[in-house]
Amino acid sequence: MASERETQNLTLVQAVRDGLYTEMQRDEEVIVLGQDVGKNGGVFRATEGLWEEFGEQRVIDTPLAESGIIGTSVGMAAMGMRPVPEIQFSGFMYPGFDQIISHMARMRTRTRGRYTLPMTLRAPYGGGIRAPESHSESKEAFYVHEAGLKVVVPSTPYDAKGLLSASIRDPDPVVFLEPKLIYRAFREQVPEGEYTIELGEAKTRREGEDVAVFTWGAMARRTLEAAENLAEDGIECEVVDLRTLSPLDEGAILEAFKKCGRAAVVHEAPRTGGLAGEITSIIQEEALAYQEAPVTRITGFDVPYPLYALEDYYLPNEARIEAGIREAVEFP
Amino acid sequence: MSVLERDPRDDMYRILDEDGTAVGEVPDLEEETLVGMYRHMKLARHFDKRAVSLQRQGRMGTYPPLSGQEASQIGSAYALDEDDWMIPSYREHGGALVRGLPLEKTLLYWMGHEAGNSAPEEANIFPVAVPIASQIPHATGAAWASKLRGEDDKAFICYFGDGATSEGDFHEGLNFAGVFDTPNVFFCNNNQWAISVPRERQTKSETLAQKATAYGFEGIQVDGMDPLAVYEVTREAVEKAKDPDEGQRRPTMIEAVQYRFGAHTTADDPSVYRDEEEVERWRQKDPIPRLETYLKSEGILDDDRIEGIQESIEAQVADAIDAAESTARPTPDEMFESAYAELPDRLQKQYEQFEQLREELGDEAFLEE
Repeated sequence: MASERETQNLTLVQAVRDGLYTEMQRDEEVIVLGQDVGKNGGVFRATEGLWEEFGEQRVIDTPLAESGIIGTSVGMAAMGMRPVPEIQFSGFMYPGFDQIISHMARMRTRTRGRYTLPMTLRAPYGGGIRAPESHSESKEAFYVHEAGLKVVVPSTPYDAKGLLSASIRDPDPVVFLEPKLIYRAFREQVPEGEYTIELGEAKTRREGEDVAVFTWGAMARRTLEAAENLAEDGIECEVVDLRTLSPLDEGAILEAFKKCGRAAVVHEAPRTGGLAGEITSIIQEEALAYQEAPVTRITGFDVPYPLYALEDYYLPNEARIEAGIREAVEFP
Repeated sequence: MSVLERDPRDDMYRILDEDGTAVGEVPDLEEETLVGMYRHMKLARHFDKRAVSLQRQGRMGTYPPLSGQEASQIGSAYALDEDDWMIPSYREHGGALVRGLPLEKTLLYWMGHEAGNSAPEEANIFPVAVPIASQIPHATGAAWASKLRGEDDKAFICYFGDGATSEGDFHEGLNFAGVFDTPNVFFCNNNQWAISVPRERQTKSETLAQKATAYGFEGIQVDGMDPLAVYEVTREAVEKAKDPDEGQRRPTMIEAVQYRFGAHTTADDPSVYRDEEEVERWRQKDPIPRLETYLKSEGILDDDRIEGIQESIEAQVADAIDAAESTARPTPDEMFESAYAELPDRLQKQYEQFEQLREELGDEAFLEE
């Protein structure tokens, strides 16, 4: 059990590194590949020290080619290896998008189960770190929309390691998106050695009866802060961190919603076509009779992610999250 | 024979030796043009130094330094005619300046203002492209459009790095250019490192220039730290793009061999992956003293004039920084207004809701700093 293990006080990115290290030690079929993952240790240091530890046959600096990185991983995984390709920023996944959509997601179904792809595609994602253009997008909806993929977004160091280990061991391909705003924002006790967190299970971060708030990634922390502020005004939020976006934990969504009868969804991705719409639909389909107010959406706007002088306005923050939750609570 | 018709695996083309001695035929340029090239190279270097410093002081965001690459940027930009087009990556601040993008705009862009991307109408330049190699097919398309419209007076120069030659977009862009014989100059800034990954890890080809052979047009390797050689090969490529001889193909790929003295960006630490000794070795090829020595030996420049140039570029950069820093912080309406030609209703509603919140809570509720 995790609580009995020795622990370390790690940031989220260090926990990712620890997860990679642990899985590589456990299973020699696990390899890491991508641009700058080797000697440089990854642009965010998520692979620091792995090259020294496991050598260049297992921690591989590739040519600069996302389609090549993801496509060769597809081939390796079909042959039974467990590649963990890294794309430096999720905003650069698009040259590899064809490999993700046409092959990574579909190998199992196309071969009627003969080949499957136990690969975990990692990328830092999301905004809030004053990064250049194309470095701040949150496009998880693309991958959730594609059947055959699992999509994971951790929001704590403990979860990051446990979910990454589970992803690497999963027989199906996983898109593992790491919220870089909270890569180094705080530390948490993370057990040494192996442990996994089951994919597809949400986590209740805060109990409350007035309104169920669903969120993930970097927005989970902001939502918890907003919930504490609202508690001072007597509004008690139940905050559910979805952690896995595909498959979605419908049971957890419905349970929290039925308890409160009101809901809000917080995500940094643009609103239209974002997951808040899907979560709202699940509530409408399965729990309409419990509904006391429209589900409010606190999201990014339907505009291209702005350069950083404007990103504070783009990203939901505590003020916007509080206002959105209040709307759900104060209706009618 | 045009210099472009050399075997791309031959020794790279060079006019100025590393100590500034002319070892090839110097292009026939007015003295004032040569001094202008020198001034622009010095300006780019000084700008770069100041930009890195602004980033370190927290006055600017992540910035990609250009030092070491001035000869390639300025030499090639000088080889363009007024109506030619430049399609940059994200490091061509010096070349962009020559083509009419004010320094202030470059600063604004890296300070996170969208306004930095709005080039003056008369500057034939595309916006910065951050994803690697993705601008290359645009350059082919732009050149193709020009050809389809029956123009024969415009060339399109596209810049990218050595890492970009590994991307699919590089191959697709060059392949289309070969097939449709478009007036393109593909200018590869081979600065030896794609962040931490060395050029040898991008390709097992002996040179990058020879890749052009696969697409049916010339590739040439040039000393990218020799501004006169860069000027010469780019000039010939531009002329061929517009007016090829019988049987010649319009496109050319130039591989300019050079070195990035600094980090890939200010977010990167090159000491993790490369030796200081290597940097020192390349510093011996620094393009600025090289051109300075040559111009002094020809009696075109003297110490007084060099001092005057130094003073004037420092003032120019300081003015640009003042102008950029005194530009008002953008307001949220700018996010909404240029996403579509006409604001869709649902977006208008999002904007109005947000404006109402700003009014209720005040701006300070939204701004982190």
